[in-house]
Amino acid sequence: MKPAPFRYVAPRSVDETLALLAEHGAEGKILAGGQSLVPLLNMRLARPQVIVDINGIRSLAYIRRKDDHLHVGALTRQRAVEESATVRRQVPLLWEAIRFVGHPQIRTRGTVGGSLAHADPSAELPAVAAALDAELVVRSPSGERALSPGEFFAGYLTTALEPTDLLTEIRFPLLPERTGTAFVEVARRHGDFALVGVAAVVRRSDGTIAEARLAFTGVGPGPVRARGAEGRLAGSAGTSRVFADAAREAAARLDPESEIHATAQYRRDVAATLARRALELAWQRSGGRTR
Amino acid sequence: MPTRWFGERIPRNEDPRLLTGRGMYVDDVRRPGTLHAAFYRSPHAHARILRIATDQAKALPGVVAVVTAQDLPERIRGPLPKLIPHPALVHHKTQVALAGEVVRHVGEPIALVVAESRYIAEDALELIDVEFEVLPAAVDLEAAAKPGAPRVHADMADNIAAHHIQRAGNVEEAFAKAPHVFRERFTMDRGSSSPIETRGVVAEWDPRSHQLTVWDSTQAPIRIRNYLSDLLGLPQANVRVIAPDIGGGFGPKIMMCYPEEISIPWAAMMLERPVKWIEDRREHFVATNHERLQIHDAEIAVDTDGRILGVRTTYLHDCGAYCAYGLTVPIVSGTTLPGPYKIPNYHAEYRAVFANKTQTSPYRGAGRPHGVFVMERLMDRVARELGIDRAEVRRRNFIQPHEFPYDLGGLIYQDGVRLVYDSGNYPEVFRKTMDHIGYADWAAQKARYRREGRRVGLGFAFYVEGTGIGPYEGCRITVEPSGKVYVATSVGTQGQGHYTSFAQIVADALGTDVRDVIVTTGDSGAFGWGTGTFASRAAVVAGNAVALAAGAVRQKTLQVAATLLEARGDDLELAEGKVFVRGVPGRAVMLGQVAAAANPLRGVIPQEWEGPGLEATRYFAPPSGAFAAGCHAALVEVDTETGLIRFLRYVVVHDCGPVINPMILEGQVRGGVAQGIGNAFYEKLVYDEQGQLLTQTFMDYLLPTVAEVPPVEVDHVETPSPLNPLGIKGAGEAGVIPVPALVASALDDALSEEGVRITEMPLSPSRLREILREAQTAPTPA
Amino acid sequence: MNGDPAHTTPAQAPARVPARRKRRLREPQSALTIRFTVNGETVERTVEVRKTLADFLREDLGLTGTHLGCEHGVCGACTGLLNGEPVRSCLLFAVQAAGAGIETVESLAPGEGLHPVQAAFREHHGLQCGFCTPGFLMSAVALLRDHTVPTDEQILETLGGHLCRCTGYQGIVEAVRAAARTWQR
Ligand SMILES: Cc1cc2nc3c(=O)[nH]c(=O)nc-3n(C[C@@H](O)[C@H](O)[C@H](O)COP(=O)(O)OP(=O)(O)OC[C@H]3O[C@@H](n4cnc5c(N)ncnc54)[C@H](O)[C@@H]3O)c2cc1C
Ligand code: FES
Ligand code: FES
Repeated sequence: MKPAPFRYVAPRSVDETLALLAEHGAEGKILAGGQSLVPLLNMRLARPQVIVDINGIRSLAYIRRKDDHLHVGALTRQRAVEESATVRRQVPLLWEAIRFVGHPQIRTRGTVGGSLAHADPSAELPAVAAALDAELVVRSPSGERALSPGEFFAGYLTTALEPTDLLTEIRFPLLPERTGTAFVEVARRHGDFALVGVAAVVRRSDGTIAEARLAFTGVGPGPVRARGAEGRLAGSAGTSRVFADAAREAAARLDPESEIHATAQYRRDVAATLARRALELAWQRSGGRTR
Repeated sequence: MPTRWFGERIPRNEDPRLLTGRGMYVDDVRRPGTLHAAFYRSPHAHARILRIATDQAKALPGVVAVVTAQDLPERIRGPLPKLIPHPALVHHKTQVALAGEVVRHVGEPIALVVAESRYIAEDALELIDVEFEVLPAAVDLEAAAKPGAPRVHADMADNIAAHHIQRAGNVEEAFAKAPHVFRERFTMDRGSSSPIETRGVVAEWDPRSHQLTVWDSTQAPIRIRNYLSDLLGLPQANVRVIAPDIGGGFGPKIMMCYPEEISIPWAAMMLERPVKWIEDRREHFVATNHERLQIHDAEIAVDTDGRILGVRTTYLHDCGAYCAYGLTVPIVSGTTLPGPYKIPNYHAEYRAVFANKTQTSPYRGAGRPHGVFVMERLMDRVARELGIDRAEVRRRNFIQPHEFPYDLGGLIYQDGVRLVYDSGNYPEVFRKTMDHIGYADWAAQKARYRREGRRVGLGFAFYVEGTGIGPYEGCRITVEPSGKVYVATSVGTQGQGHYTSFAQIVADALGTDVRDVIVTTGDSGAFGWGTGTFASRAAVVAGNAVALAAGAVRQKTLQVAATLLEARGDDLELAEGKVFVRGVPGRAVMLGQVAAAANPLRGVIPQEWEGPGLEATRYFAPPSGAFAAGCHAALVEVDTETGLIRFLRYVVVHDCGPVINPMILEGQVRGGVAQGIGNAFYEKLVYDEQGQLLTQTFMDYLLPTVAEVPPVEVDHVETPSPLNPLGIKGAGEAGVIPVPALVASALDDALSEEGVRITEMPLSPSRLREILREAQTAPTPA
Repeated sequence: MNGDPAHTTPAQAPARVPARRKRRLREPQSALTIRFTVNGETVERTVEVRKTLADFLREDLGLTGTHLGCEHGVCGACTGLLNGEPVRSCLLFAVQAAGAGIETVESLAPGEGLHPVQAAFREHHGLQCGFCTPGFLMSAVALLRDHTVPTDEQILETLGGHLCRCTGYQGIVEAVRAAARTWQR
């Protein structure tokens, strides 16, 4: 299980990276934490000609608050996110979810940008990005653009990234007061990719739900937002009944696939359960009490 | 220093080496000029090979050789050795070193590439072009057993390798008269032993001395030596096989021979350079033997008190594409099934079936988990149907302590010997287990959990395990003038702590410190006779050989020391590395001095010394196996919404006779439990209809981690075996055997409201929820 | 914690660069000469870029204490420390370690004797075949360096990143708990 031959280059800056990507086009491949790419290389399931290792670009690793967003550099290690008091305080959903990504020994290398760019259908971070309406900042030789999760995630292991693009930053909008978030998941074992995962955001106005957002992972080709259920939740009372109904409705619209670890029906059923649990938890965290 | 090492919880001699990164595993063997091998393996489950093109691969810089079947010499081109023949095994099919005509499972080796590095060897694999005619594949076990299924071996009329019946008493009569008969179908699916170290072979040929040295991650180095000598046409003395540190075995590392175990040594001879092959994880999943898939139809006949009148089971055993190892697994299933119960009438009948999948052979438990699953599930069923407490049903049927030796009525065990339990105390093991888990007030506790909205079940399962079978093992012990004691035995060690437990036996006999006893295992150059580490036999068979040899060296020591100390042998004692006159510790010689005196430069060696030196070689050949027993009990919580399970407590009570080192024993048990938990809920090898293995990584084949394995409380009962001097019984497989049965019984209990009846393993959250749904929608059974 | 490209040099003269290019771009290489420290010693070697750090440590440096159990990041047998943090050496290329500090199991107790974490593994029977052990040790050492009094949750979280097929983990958990007490840092 050894990688096929490739050539390797480690640029020092974003500009140099973009130039290299432009030069090598589809033959090039960005190497970030390597926790998804290198297994594929070792198994020879990916065969790029040129590996562009961005680990030396220090300027791509940061966690910064700017206005009403938290800016996370694409090369920020998942471990750094987990250890960041800022993230924990400002974007608790990200903090909660990242601890479901593999194991500490994986998160020391794995990056936030890498997880999003890889777009595994069972990965946690895409659901977080979707639930928070994060902006994904992409640089290409022609300039910079900020994509919404809906624009960024294009399907199974696919994104809007072109071979010449570099994801540079993820901007997580800070949530207003009285907003609670929760990430829950079911995996075969601790640390595995999710069979089903749910990210929930609930904003409260007294006893009613002012706004709710729900994003799933593991139940589609990419992260799935439950817009219908979200719409129904807005303005409703924050009761167990309401959450359960919304969760069921959201799950009923999912179209997951059966594979060796779980059937489609299991995924749909558990999606309903987890959505309910996540909504209730988020509601509680917003300061509300469920009745 | 304790007065007796046997029974002490002492840390292991081998640990410092392993902890500091100074272990010597096969991949750590570094010989100058080593070449690296990789195999082109079949991508198809069943296909005819039409053409193999290797020119491009050969032309790649760094490639030294590309070998296909036609390049092999005649003597190793044909089917590899048959291991354990059996009269019922009419089609004893074995694989070939390299497939040249037909491939019968995904992963079967077709071409061998030898190159300057493994990287280059893998590059070359991509340049090999094989043209196949894909043939229909037999994959599903039941389908493969049917007439008209695609045939795995063209020279057979069907896929039935063996059809074998064992009986005791008169089952037909028992069932005809029985007031109650309960039937069920039980399935256990395929799994992999998955040691963290894969297999590997390093071979070096010295053309001048005609000496072949092979480092092999095998559990049976002596047998590999014997086969290599035979297949390569070399005297046994010119072949040395070393099983160095082995990173876990659990059964499948004993095959004699895997294709690679013959092709790599041959390549080293042909190329006159050392060749190393280290299996990678994906190869391991397709090229190292699997186990576990069996489908049992079973029925039990009982009287109105729940006393067993008879048991009948008819089952299919999944061989995979070949059955080199023989019928051990299905035989062990059938002979383990009766367990601790008196079953006057018994019928076990199986068909061993070929299918286009990786071959199977014993994996820790080796058919025992199946037998225990079937029997313990039937006992739970009886309890439920008759409304008798499930512990009470068992108590009514246990073989009693005074009934040993207990003859199972003519069943023949895997060693070909009539099945007779040597000793045991099943009621006591059971009582202790029930006490530990708190069975007496479980009903109240369960109700309490239920009130909290929690679904918790108590499960337990009992097993009897045949261990320590023959034919024999041997041992040579030598005391050197340094006072150090060298022990050589051929059983390989894969982490079971033989370096320590054998040393404990020797240290007691010779009155020396256990750290001064240096054990060598698994090197045919150090000790050339033996069978191997399997069937929980190393401690029993080799351990007793060690004890016998140590006793002989002790005798010799006393004889020689008597001369030196001018005392009578009877008056001497051995302790603290010295021999001294009892009551006069000052009159003493060091053990090393005695060793030196036993090998004098001048003078005569008395006749009764039987030669020079403090050295003895002894063999132990048990007449039959020693039967260990045990019971596991656990509390398992189920989240019915997600299908996830969690162990709240896990208790093991085990009886393997006197325990050499409780720490090592408990480690064996705990490790086994972890594997059993894998078998029950996480680990499943999944094939698609074309015979492609879908679970070829550790991302998909799920070994339990620390998060899935609970702490295990271990307690012991000690019923010595009368069949060997140390009285010991094996313990290597005890941990794994009853776990699937236990998990099933706990889940039944947790989900009793829904009437769930678990009849299959392994489960998964998804499957458990499916079963739950089926139970809820099913009409309540009459 | 990243490898530093400043510590690499092309192993052979770069292939001829097309003359007309506007700005000179770094040329991708098949082999590089790298400098970094392994167990405190500076190492400078030329290595094929596709060689994993694990293979480099084992083959080029003879540090065979780092084991390979899966080569896809799951088992943890290959875990070593990169600038003090546990990483999978099967998922890193040796060239990525340029400029970094690597620690392997061989560094824990350089002379005779055992490191307190190793001693605790022995005392609590935290190993059987020993194949998984170096990885567990390195993760445990990293954890205990950062946390003198780790919580059980932290211990389980750390050990959860490793597979052991022999022990059932209990001895390993107990060893790490004990080492937290005995290791005088
Ligand atoms: C044992 C194990 C368990 C894991 N468990 C989980 C889990 O439970 N959940 C989970 O979500 N993940 C899991 N992962 C994978 C996760 O840890 C990876 O970190 C993540 O998927 C990829 O991030 P990376 O930085 O390692 O990216 P890499 O592997 O380096 O790259 C992944 C892909 O993204 C591209 N890429 C990376 N960075 C950029 C960028 N800035 N711009 C454009 N393209 C880029 C690469 O070219 C490549 O195609 C696990 C991995 C392992 C080995
Ligand atoms: S070998 Fe690196 S994690 Fe298994
Ligand atoms: S001790 Fe053998 S794998 Fe852990």
